[in-house]
Amino acid sequence: MILGKVVGNVVSTAKLPILQGFKIMVVQPIDREGKPKGQSLLAFDMVQAGVGDTVLVIDEGNSCRTILGDPQAPIRMLIVGIVDEIEA
Amino acid sequence: MKIAKVVGTVVATRKVSSFEGVKLLLIQPLDEHLRPLGSPIVACDTVQAGLGDIVFYEGGREAALALPNWFNPSDCTILGIIDAVQVEEGASP
Repeated sequence: MILGKVVGNVVSTAKLPILQGFKIMVVQPIDREGKPKGQSLLAFDMVQAGVGDTVLVIDEGNSCRTILGDPQAPIRMLIVGIVDEIEA
Repeated sequence: MKIAKVVGTVVATRKVSSFEGVKLLLIQPLDEHLRPLGSPIVACDTVQAGLGDIVFYEGGREAALALPNWFNPSDCTILGIIDAVQVEEGASP
């Protein structure tokens, strides 16, 4: 999993049917101190994260398919948690 | 998953059979401020994206899973057309 900060969201109506009902957020990966690290990415949201939240993002397909219970889901990035505090 | 813009189409009549009926598009990856990032790549289309559309795409095994016949060698597939990207100012480098 990676740490990230939600910096925006994406609106998309025309997408694969299986992706309906998911919010898509723009996530900027961050390091332990909260500084941006690397290129931003898009992730599907499962925990109603909002812009400005620090979040946990799964970056691996099988874990996403297991969580979603769908062996065919073409999803590799899922926001699975909102981080309250990082003690590093 | 990343953002890209459709900048061209790719026509290939001779290709692996699992790509039969799959539309190929040339896409230019973009960052969250829709600025070009790296060089264009070829992606499989699943949502009838057209020239100039801003789309999001996935790579790896998920790219293959997104196509009807999931047993295919795709490593880049468009999953949807983006209507809007809203990014909070000063939120990223």
